Formats: sequence, C-alpha cells, structure tokens
Amino acid sequence: MSESSEAQPSGAVGTARQSELSVVARFFKATELDTRMLGMIGALVLIWILFDLFSGGLFLTPRNLWNLSVQTASVAVMATGMVLVIVTRNIDLSVGSILGFVGMIMAVTQAEILPGIIGFDHPATWLIALAVGIVLGAAIGALHGYVIAYMGVPAFIVTLGGLLVWRGAAWWVTSGRTVAPMDSTFRLLGGGPAGSVGATVSWVIGLIVCAAIIAMIVNSRRQRKRFSFPLRPIWAETFLAAIGCILVLGAVLIANTYYWPIGIVRKYIQANNLTISETDLIVAHGIAIPVLVAIIVGVVMTFVATRTRFGRYVFAMGGNPEAADLAGIKTRWVTMKIFMIMGVLCAIAAAISTARLNAATNAQGTLDELLTIAAAVIGGTSLAGGVGTIAGAMIGALVMQSLQSGMVLMGLDTPLQNIVVGIVLVIAVWLDSLYRKSRQ
Amino acid sequence: MNTQVDTQPLVDMKNISISFGGIHAVDDASVDLFPGEVVALLGHNGAGKSTLIKILSGAYQRDNGEIHVDGKLATIDNPRDAKGYGIETIYQTLALADNVDTAANLYLGRELMTSWGTLDDVAMEASAREVMGRLNPRFQRFKEPVKALSGGQRQSVAIARAILFNARILIMDEPTAALGPEETAQVAELILQLKADGIGIFLISHDIHDVFSLADRVAVMKNGQVVGHAKTSDVDEDEVLGMIILGKCPPGATPGPGAVN
Repeated sequence: MSESSEAQPSGAVGTARQSELSVVARFFKATELDTRMLGMIGALVLIWILFDLFSGGLFLTPRNLWNLSVQTASVAVMATGMVLVIVTRNIDLSVGSILGFVGMIMAVTQAEILPGIIGFDHPATWLIALAVGIVLGAAIGALHGYVIAYMGVPAFIVTLGGLLVWRGAAWWVTSGRTVAPMDSTFRLLGGGPAGSVGATVSWVIGLIVCAAIIAMIVNSRRQRKRFSFPLRPIWAETFLAAIGCILVLGAVLIANTYYWPIGIVRKYIQANNLTISETDLIVAHGIAIPVLVAIIVGVVMTFVATRTRFGRYVFAMGGNPEAADLAGIKTRWVTMKIFMIMGVLCAIAAAISTARLNAATNAQGTLDELLTIAAAVIGGTSLAGGVGTIAGAMIGALVMQSLQSGMVLMGLDTPLQNIVVGIVLVIAVWLDSLYRKSRQ
Repeated sequence: MNTQVDTQPLVDMKNISISFGGIHAVDDASVDLFPGEVVALLGHNGAGKSTLIKILSGAYQRDNGEIHVDGKLATIDNPRDAKGYGIETIYQTLALADNVDTAANLYLGRELMTSWGTLDDVAMEASAREVMGRLNPRFQRFKEPVKALSGGQRQSVAIARAILFNARILIMDEPTAALGPEETAQVAELILQLKADGIGIFLISHDIHDVFSLADRVAVMKNGQVVGHAKTSDVDEDEVLGMIILGKCPPGATPGPGAVN
C-alpha cells in the first residue's frame, strides 16, 4: 500500500489509480481503518470462540464476559500509562508494587485512620482515601521520574529498585497484616451487583457514547472540509459510525443480560422489605463501575496522547529524542510527567483492585507490572519507542485476561496457564514484528 | 550585495570556546554574519564547524565567549532561546521525529492550538501543505510518518521547518548532502531567495563549488580554531583548499588564531 500512495494526489489520478486496487484494499483505504488493530480484535474474537468451544459454552456468556470486563479493568488502567512510558523508550517495572503500596495506604486510611477521626462509613471516607492514594501515587511517580529524567539513572534500574522498595513498604506499613474491610462506598469501585450502574443508566451511557462517536465523525469531516482536504467517502463514514454504535450498544446489551444472582436478589428484597417473589424480580447488572472507570481513563488518556501538546511531545521523543531536544521540548520535564501519570494510574488501579477484594494485602499486584507491559506490547506498543496506542493497550489487557480466565474455565493447571501466557506473549510480538516488516 | 555597507552584524560570535573532556572542540573562534549574507563554514570533519554552529543554535552550551545578536549580548542556553532570536537550524541529521507526520514535525515544539487548548492538526496540516507546496510541489504524503519519506523529501521537511517561522538567521549544516542534482539546484535557488529577503545564512558544506556559487564569505576552521575569513571574490578555490588542508592563510584573507605562518 505504501508504494501505491506515493505521489498520489486527490482527484483524477487518484480515482484512476483507485480502480486498480482490489475491493478489500479500496475498503481499507476509504475507511482508513488501522489494519493492525483489526488484526488484534480478530485475534481476540478467535481466542473467545476457541475458549467457548473448549469450555463447553461457558466462555461467551453474559456472566463470564461481564466478569472478564471487571477483571481487566485494573491492568487496563495501568496499561494506558505504560504506553506513554514505553513510547518514550522507558520501562516501568514498579507498577505492581506501587499498586500494592498505594492500595495498602488507601486501606489503612479508610479502615484504621479515618474511622477514629470522622467515624466509620462516613460519606466522605471513600473520597479522602482515594485522594490520599492519588496524591501518593503521583508523588511516587514524580520521585521515579525525577531520578530517571534529571539524575540520569536508567528507568529499568529506577523502577526495578521501585519494585523492591514499594513491595517492601506495603509489607512494612502493617507488618504484613491484611487490612479489611473497606468503606462501603469505596467498595463500589470494585464492581459486583452493587457496584454496577444498572440497565437504564447503562443504556443512557451507551446512547451518549454513540452520539459522541457520530459527533466526532461529523466534526472531523467538517474540519477537513474547512481546509478542503481529501474526504472519506460518505459510505465509509456511515459504515464506521454504524460499526462503532453496534459495538457499544452490543456491549451494553451483554452487560444488561447478566442478572443478579438469586441470593443477591433475596437479600435485596429483605433489605428493602419488598413483597415481590424472588423469582419475579429480575435485576440486570449493567456496566460495572470499575469498567466505566477504565473506559473513562482510556478516553482521557487517548485525548492526552493524541490531542494535547504533551502527547505530541511524548511520541516525538520516542521517535527521536535528540530531535525533540533540538526542537526546544523540555524532554526531562515531559519524562517526569509521564511517570507521575503512571503513578496516578497505579493509584486508580489500586483503588479498583482493593475495592474488588474488599481488603488490602501486601502481595496485591504482584506480577502486575509484567501483565501491564505485556498488555501494552501485545497492544502494539513498540519497545523501540515511538509507536503505540492507548486503545491497543487496553485491548491487549483484555487479551491477556481472556487467556487467563479462559484457561481457568477450561480447568487448566496453573503452571500450564503461565506457560501458555508466556508463549502467547512471545508469539504475539513475533507476529507483530513480521507485520511491521511487511509494511516497510 | 556589498556586506561591508552594513555596519552592524546580525550575529557576532566572539571568542567562543568549548571543550569535551579536555579536547578543545572549538577554541577561541570568532565569526560574524550580516543581513542578507551567506557565510560558508569550511573545514575537515572534526574541525569544529558543527560544534560552533550547535552553540549558536543552543544545542551545546559554550564554556567561554559571547554571542551578540543585532549588536546586543544574547543569552542562548538552549534551543528555545535560539529560536526566540529567530535562529533556525537545519541539522545534518535533519533532527526529525521519524514516527510522526510532516505537519507534526514542522510545528514540533511550536504547535498550533485550538481555542480549546487542543492540537489544531487540521490547521497545521493546511499550512504544512502550503509551505511544502512551495518547496516541493509534488509532495503529497502528508499522512505518513516522515520515516516513510525519501531522503530528499525528508530534507525538504527539515528545510520547511526552518523557514516556516520567519527565521532571521538560518543555519544550514550540509543541506544538500542527501539530495539529487535537481533538488540541490532547488535548495540553491531557495538560499538566493532567502538571502534576497535579508536573512543571514551560515552554510556548512563540503562542496567547495557550492560554496563559491552561493557564499559571500568563507570562514575556514581547523582543529577547532579559525584559520581565517575571506570574501569569496578575493580568493580562489585552491587558496581556500590550502586554508582547509594546511591552515595557510592566503593574502586575500584575514587570518585568525588558527593560521600557520
């Protein structure tokens, strides 16, 4: 494709050339779809179908898919930050340990410190705990970033040190004791029947997202028209809008067909003194709050990466650090900010996983750094720097989690699970490098 | 153009020195540049030309010496400072971010923003199309990362970036090294056009014929020191080669600290 687009102006020559392209090539050219991303989504769908077959139809159920979305949330949140880290040719090995330490501090804040000051289950508890966690995460990230950017210690070493330091710190804070239970509002961040938004709100969110997709397509078309740039054909725009909306509404539909288990319904009826029979009351989960958090993080990070100056600098630095310096970019400060963002994302991920577990343990998040890096790399982030997308990393996180849950559903032994995940990671990156070579 | 009429140089670098780990890469070098003038910097590889020029563009911090712009002492500690004085540089390595597209490279560090505070990619692409249309009318690959472009196309992106922001002082480090004959002629034409606009140009080149057809003056460096300055009309190619190779200053040139007797 790259040769055919050389010196190809819009207009007469363009259309003459276009008729020579095959139908498939024309389709991809018109829609400007990212073929690599499509390939990854194809791989994900393939994995899902295979697991569904091998697990006897257990995989592609609303219940499993809903659980999958909740289980993915924490790593997906961190993977969005890992993209920026890896794009600038750095690495962060400490995210799992930061998650453990920040989670522990948030747990201690809400379960041991705040009850003595403002009372147990105070409405502000969750906010204070979350704020403490985010500030702490940002501070840890700033410390890492400062040492990496201004003191010139390689990120690999700094965060390898961080891996040990923060894991030790998580242990040290409570002398290894597990802290529980969490504040009841805070626990909503972890999902579960209460931590989901319900059917109606889910539909509303779905429709808002659809409207946003259409608005974005219309707006970008208007912008390109303003400067009379080549436009995508109308059918391609309509197709993209339709596919986007179908995917969003389909996901909402799945979340809304996963109903509360009978035990939860019984408790709910008792708690609210309803007279209705427990088999007549059907309550849908809807989208889980941690999933919403992850999606919001993904949207915000995509915006930061593609629409802001900071994001532009991150990619430029990854492509050619010297050029970024010569262009007058404060590369050290950008690097430090990236690690601060990574710290904040670790804190959000810590909140999700602590809330979900309803406890903080000193082992929480162990090996999450590797899952996060794997998610980013499977999602198309190049370790050579300069290349990567937030959406890709989040899908990568979903792929990793799908593999793990699928193997659990198939009843595969734990050692085999690790072996498979490791092999898949290597094969995925190998295929990606083949793909990139073929594009050059 | 008679440069001697201008009494005030656009840039005056005085007694510049820089050393890296005990090696004097540039030693007490002085060069100046007047508006609408092309000054060629000549010398062997490692003579200190690129280092001297990187001090002016803010990439290196000098150990000693002063830089005056428009007669006033200038503070140039980083590339941002240099750009603030209207000093733009086309580096030998081009210094392009390979993974982003042409418009992003042209505006790197000086992005156009919308009123929402987001990147105005459309406006940047529009002006990229405009400026590239002037330099390289057949260029159409605006959506591709610059690593996909040919050497000549990449070179024209680097040149476009330097002239996009109304530079007053242009530094060109081997601007035609990657170009074919036709593109080289285009660059020569561009240099003459920029010169007519009153822009001062430092030209680093290995091609002595290029230098004689484009430059008003030459400054020759050897082992980090300036051998001498000369108007191109006062010396011939052999004499300049003698300056480069032997450090011998001909009668038509003003000798510098690096000249041998």
